[in-house]
Amino acid sequence: MGLELFLDLVSQPSRAVYIFAKKNGIPLELRTVDLIKGQHKIKEFLQINSLGKLPTLKDGDFILTESSAILIYLSCKYQTPDHWYPSDLQARARVHEYLGWHADCIRGTFGIPLWVQVLGPLIGVQVPEEKVERNRTAIDQALQWLEDKFLGDRPFLAGQQVTLADLMALEELTQLVALGYELFEGRPRLATWHGRVEAFLGAELCQEAHSIIFSILEQAAKKTLPTPSPEAYPAMLLRIARIP
Amino acid sequence: MGLELYLDLLSQPCRAVYIFAKKNDIPFELRIVDLIKGQHLSDAFAQVNPLKKVPALKDEDFTLTESVAILLYLTRKYKVPDYWYPQDLQARARVDEYLAWQHTTLRRSCLRALWHKMMFPVFLGEPVSPQTLAATLAELDVTLQLLEDKFLQNKAFLTGPHISLADLVAITELMHPVGAGCQVFEGRPKLATWRQRVEAAVGEDLFREAHEVILKAKDFPPADPTIKQKLMPWVLAMIR
Repeated sequence: MGLELFLDLVSQPSRAVYIFAKKNGIPLELRTVDLIKGQHKIKEFLQINSLGKLPTLKDGDFILTESSAILIYLSCKYQTPDHWYPSDLQARARVHEYLGWHADCIRGTFGIPLWVQVLGPLIGVQVPEEKVERNRTAIDQALQWLEDKFLGDRPFLAGQQVTLADLMALEELTQLVALGYELFEGRPRLATWHGRVEAFLGAELCQEAHSIIFSILEQAAKKTLPTPSPEAYPAMLLRIARIP
Repeated sequence: MGLELYLDLLSQPCRAVYIFAKKNDIPFELRIVDLIKGQHLSDAFAQVNPLKKVPALKDEDFTLTESVAILLYLTRKYKVPDYWYPQDLQARARVDEYLAWQHTTLRRSCLRALWHKMMFPVFLGEPVSPQTLAATLAELDVTLQLLEDKFLQNKAFLTGPHISLADLVAITELMHPVGAGCQVFEGRPKLATWRQRVEAAVGEDLFREAHEVILKAKDFPPADPTIKQKLMPWVLAMIR
């Protein structure tokens, strides 16, 4: 058995790892764990990753969680082109700087709209307007920093070439675009960057990775999304309660 | 000018960077950025880090922010002992995994515990509702359990038989709720023994020195109204 990747393309970090593996020709057996059904919170999956989080990588007996750790592991194991995770001291530090900031300011904030627009309503919970507004402000602020501080006048977030940082950022932004956010209006540099990263990855791969999330609103409207399993309810309710 | 580190030992990631640099005899100029006076919000500091966060590192004309990035940069630049961030692929991945996990979980719990239990009521003079405090402490409890059960398990250190960056980043976090008076290690014998092991590996004097500020935070004089007004938006954004 080769490497197995447990993922759901609904989730941003899952897509980042998926795209990275595909783009670099890394052979992976894909195991979809349906997040909306709550399959990540049921026994079968918890035996593999007791934290119940995606993506999860299984390489023989070695099980690894956390998308950034998985990306670094794959880039080292498969010796992918240096630009992804540069060996140069300062260039690599820029990637880690971005990933640190991303974990603080992007990850939690950009995940919320899916809960507001799709997952909450699916289990009959409405997120209060005041929280939605606060999230909108936090998104705006983060985008501003992303454009001014990280992108600046460079072609990519951590320098002259595409890195893991761009991939992680791209997928978080894609999540919001799929939910109808006009992220690039009034942000021409960010828009150009976005085009540049997608062009590098290739339209076909992007489309393949993004098709599920781009159909999510339509599926929600048509009520064709799966029903979450009762075992997933407590974790879902807790997640919604924690929206600041 | 050599390496400069902009720190305030009140901040948990700053303590991790400070201990790491000292322990590994990395020469640096310490630039104190006094958080409770709001020095990180000053225009002068914005020149160093426009995001107004500590720690920050300056190495000649290279400026770097984010504690994990700084720790990894120092690790590579100064050829420190391998156990901090092992060369071995899987051992290293365990450290990366922990560092990513703590960012979105333990970090938040420890920060909120400190502010809700102590800094809001004592330093800022802002009462915290019993419900909010209870929720914060319950969240901390769950996260500590995960730390013990999923990461520490029966190992000597979080990612294996030796101390690594993961342990340093974790212990400096846990000292936040300890500073607020939470009984973090009570009823958690494995975590308590681990703490002793980390303290011994770091050296007790260095550990004590790095934590003097947080352990005395309960005696900070209350913030005057100007400072409070200046800090409030930052605090609220930080602990949301």
